[in-house]
Amino acid sequence: MRLLNVEEAIKMIPDGAIVMIGGFLGVGSPNTLIDEIIKQKRSNLTIIANDTAFPDKGVGKIIVNKLAKKVIVSHIGTNPETQKQMIERFLEVELVPQGTLVEKIRAGGLGLGGILTPTGVGTIIAEGKQIMNIEGKDYMLELPLKADFAIIKAKRSDCNGNLVYSLTARNFNPIMATAASTVIAEVEEILPVGTISPDEVHTPGIFIDYIVKSR
Amino acid sequence: MMDPKFIIAKRVAKELKNGQLVNLGIGIPTLVVDYIPKDIKVLFQSENGIIGMSPLPEEGLEHPDLTNAGANYVGAIPGAACFDSALSFGIIRGGHLDLTVLGGLQVDEEGHLANWMVPGKMIPGMGGAMDLVTGAKRVIVAMTHTTKGEPKIVKRCTLPLTSIRRVDLIVTEMAVIEPSKEGLILKEISPEVTLEDVLKSTEASLIISKDLKVMEV
Repeated sequence: MRLLNVEEAIKMIPDGAIVMIGGFLGVGSPNTLIDEIIKQKRSNLTIIANDTAFPDKGVGKIIVNKLAKKVIVSHIGTNPETQKQMIERFLEVELVPQGTLVEKIRAGGLGLGGILTPTGVGTIIAEGKQIMNIEGKDYMLELPLKADFAIIKAKRSDCNGNLVYSLTARNFNPIMATAASTVIAEVEEILPVGTISPDEVHTPGIFIDYIVKSR
Repeated sequence: MMDPKFIIAKRVAKELKNGQLVNLGIGIPTLVVDYIPKDIKVLFQSENGIIGMSPLPEEGLEHPDLTNAGANYVGAIPGAACFDSALSFGIIRGGHLDLTVLGGLQVDEEGHLANWMVPGKMIPGMGGAMDLVTGAKRVIVAMTHTTKGEPKIVKRCTLPLTSIRRVDLIVTEMAVIEPSKEGLILKEISPEVTLEDVLKSTEASLIISKDLKVMEV
């Protein structure tokens, strides 16, 4: 784990990268990193996130600044700009049920070849997907998701990158921390090693490549 | 007459049972919280990772990291627990959630719910709705009976389905309807309307319960 300033951290992300971004409607999003993506105009990004938040919040700001070419999300209803860009065919939107999305990411990070979920069986999202009947119930095969980068947000970190999240700001962050080649965690506080009890660590530091302090 | 959404919320609240783990969707379902009978205690779960959510106790106590699935600030009761999205949806999909109350665009004679998109018009996405309808032990749809005069309880959904699971109850401002293998059973009608009014506002065939009651609101 290495401490970086926000400019250096975002410089590592090339245009066209696949980026997972933590947060749920902007709560628990790495806002310092998101603002720097916009400042450095990283473009043609494929964003994997729970939602596209609001036009002025979280992932929503990346959409409004037209820096994404594709989003893989469960919900776009709170950001009218996403639907607008989708209709204009500027932005490709892949909608995935929230529970399936998080499990696809978990599969990507934790070495699984996919997951079998009953969610979506018999609906339009099952079209073209493999159905398996297990003990009398139909399940749909969903494949793993991985990314080049994950940018996540935690409350605090120690100098080994052990992370602690806060309340409902945890959401997708710990799962995304497992599923990208390079993981950058934005944190509010950086503490000395040993000050976070092993039982309190939500994400072990081995998953984290870089830490950036929130502004 | 009371605003339809409050009538619906008030009637849905009577379905909650002591000790249940409950997830309320956004819109009308959220209003159910205000009508829970005083003699029962339930725990509220939210997709973004909490059990033990409560309304915000008072203004000024907002915590930026404590919100519901609609990004509104909420409180947490003593003994609440927070967790990540994988566990949150494991709770939902794994059959650990007793009840979910969701809004609806259409419900059909088979009890299938459509509530996540209107092709070509409005595509908010399914969020957690597909998992909730698939996995919750009981699913109640809380919605107005019609929209702009058009029935929302239809023979067959024309909108994309949320799940092929049959929902357990439909509560509108006019009626309480229970989907079953045999079809939609009309169980209660509002004191404000007649049976003819309900039938006229419903496209689907209704089986009128032998025990048809007046809706208590």
